[in-house]
Amino acid sequence: MTTMTYREACKQAIRAALQADPRVFMMGEDIAAYGGCYAVSKGLCAEFGAERIRDTPLSESAFVGAGIGAAMAGMRPIVEIMTVNFSLLALDQIMNNAATIPHMSGGQFAVPLVIRMATGAGRQLAAQHSHSLEGWYAHIPGLRILAPATVEDARHMLAPALADPNPVLLFEHVMLYNVEGDVDEHLEGVDITHARIRRPGNDVTVITYGGSLPRALAAAETLASDGISAEVIDLRVLRPLDMGTVAASVARTHRCVIVDEGWKSGSLAAEVCARLVESVFYELDAPIARVCAAEVPMPYAAHLEQAALPNAERIVAAVRQVVRPA
Amino acid sequence: MPSLGPDMESARVVEWLVKPGDAVRRGDVIVVVETDKGAIEIEVFEDAVVEALVAPLDTELAVGAVLARLRTKGESEHQASPDTPKAQALPVAPAPAFRPEPPSVSTARLDAGAPRGATDSGHQRASPAARKRAADLGLDLATLHGSGPGGAVLLADLAGLGGVSRGRRAGGFDAAAMRRVIGTAMARAKREIPHYYLGQQISMAAALDWLGRANENRSVEARLLPAALLLRAVGLALTKAPSLNGYYEDGAFRAGEGIHVGWAVALRGGGLVAPAIHDVDKLNIDALMSALRDVVARARRGGLRRSEMVDATVTVTSLGERGADTVQPIIHPPQVAMIGFGRIVERPWAVAGQVQVQPVIGVSLAADHRVSDGHLGSQFLSEIERLLNAPESL
Repeated sequence: MTTMTYREACKQAIRAALQADPRVFMMGEDIAAYGGCYAVSKGLCAEFGAERIRDTPLSESAFVGAGIGAAMAGMRPIVEIMTVNFSLLALDQIMNNAATIPHMSGGQFAVPLVIRMATGAGRQLAAQHSHSLEGWYAHIPGLRILAPATVEDARHMLAPALADPNPVLLFEHVMLYNVEGDVDEHLEGVDITHARIRRPGNDVTVITYGGSLPRALAAAETLASDGISAEVIDLRVLRPLDMGTVAASVARTHRCVIVDEGWKSGSLAAEVCARLVESVFYELDAPIARVCAAEVPMPYAAHLEQAALPNAERIVAAVRQVVRPA
Repeated sequence: MPSLGPDMESARVVEWLVKPGDAVRRGDVIVVVETDKGAIEIEVFEDAVVEALVAPLDTELAVGAVLARLRTKGESEHQASPDTPKAQALPVAPAPAFRPEPPSVSTARLDAGAPRGATDSGHQRASPAARKRAADLGLDLATLHGSGPGGAVLLADLAGLGGVSRGRRAGGFDAAAMRRVIGTAMARAKREIPHYYLGQQISMAAALDWLGRANENRSVEARLLPAALLLRAVGLALTKAPSLNGYYEDGAFRAGEGIHVGWAVALRGGGLVAPAIHDVDKLNIDALMSALRDVVARARRGGLRRSEMVDATVTVTSLGERGADTVQPIIHPPQVAMIGFGRIVERPWAVAGQVQVQPVIGVSLAADHRVSDGHLGSQFLSEIERLLNAPESL
């Protein structure tokens, strides 16, 4: 076991991929000379050269499109987009090309592309850099959407993502980069199909992913001292959703709270909620509750930003209401 | 939910022994609750007709929670016909501001007059899971009390219904919880009660002689044990030492109304209860013996009554054959005294200048110095000795 930060785990994952396969290269804005806006790729250009760690012009549509072309032509590109807000400039490429070409070509073309991007709020980067739009991407058939929430997943999800013949999007929450955790360096990779129970419990299932996982675990700890045993599930894979794990848990606890940093309306939380109602309605002993971001453009002011985000306190309150309705 | 002692905060209903429509008389056992001290039978306080069973089974309920609704003589019936389940609905108290939706939360937690889960349209609120389980168990939701928002029936309200029965009562106490309760009570005793301790050795020769003769004419089941003599002696001696019998509460002593001796019973698997044997001074030796047998048996298998849990005015512990020679008891608050007996053992005993071997028992007294002094305590122990030396007077 090695202890490292989430940021370091992302870097080591990229290093390992570059070492393992000459077809792998990475491109994005300011990733080479500058080392990446979150310093994930710092030092990689010196180690692997400007051919494999490539700075791109400030055009998401252009370099994502180039990545799709490279993937179709046999390369294994990793494309970094600074933040999910900017990825909207490349939405046409992601949705109309990456996600559809394997389908429209009748399987003649694979698009083994990995796109990494930062997501989420908490660093006072205001309304153009802080949103959690991964739920939108989880809407699109043809994409696999991953949200590593632990250092281990940050280290090991990239390899199976690159091995996937279809496009995979990896969402790294900005508040996780400094989190430290243990990593088994010798692990051959992790599965990118299943959700995981991060904390077992009996009274309620708290479903979350990415940057909200630490908050949900903190809430579960608080609830435990109150005699409420919360099971915390890390979705890990936002598309296709592993409803088997989720539904089995809710069928056991009969209660559910979904935590999602996206806006509530039309959110991933909404999708999970709807699927639970479809599949385990008769196991529910309380209405499903959701803790989501306030429906506002993310504020810049620190106190307003915090007020807009799910936190452990709000999760605790939601769980209490579900388990012991006042 | 009655309080069964100062340390009790909550308990669970494990079995109803009556059903709506039953006529009950004061003193009838109507329900069994499970506390930290095991399963306890609860008696009803009044002659009445059971109108509705309110408390759900197997749900932790705070002291003071409503268990059932009774109609005493003279109270008007709340329903036209007691036959239909619908009619057994709780009296819907002063028109609750109850809207079918949204569930304004915060309603029916077993409050008096809480609205049932049925909405105006007659639809019984229930969680999907509770609805499914009720159907599996063959229960009619309309007959159930919902503890959820807007009176909704939840899974918890069905726990223990339709299937689970007396099985639970066997060994139905939580050893860890009981240990906590004992710890709390004893810590309080040590902290608050200024104990004084007295001890005395008493010859049991006369008492055991008498017992041997008395048992010659008794059947095996009716045989007297030394414990009955000890208990009888304590009961009679207490009539002369009223300041050892009662409670110290709110800074003052309150004498017990009657001599109700809590008899400490060690439970198999650990733990201890001291159910009260009522009016020990008024029972003859045979009645006392059978009361002892009965209460010990019920303490061990579960089935003590509420009154037995709360009425003791003083406590006796007798260590029995395999016990130590002496015990220094810790008073059970709010009582003010506890009497301890060691085992009966043969010892050299001086009688009229001669040493004989006699059966001897060590008796000890722990008493509350806020209420009595060692002088009175000594007189009390001497009286026990006098009585045991004159067993025919017992």
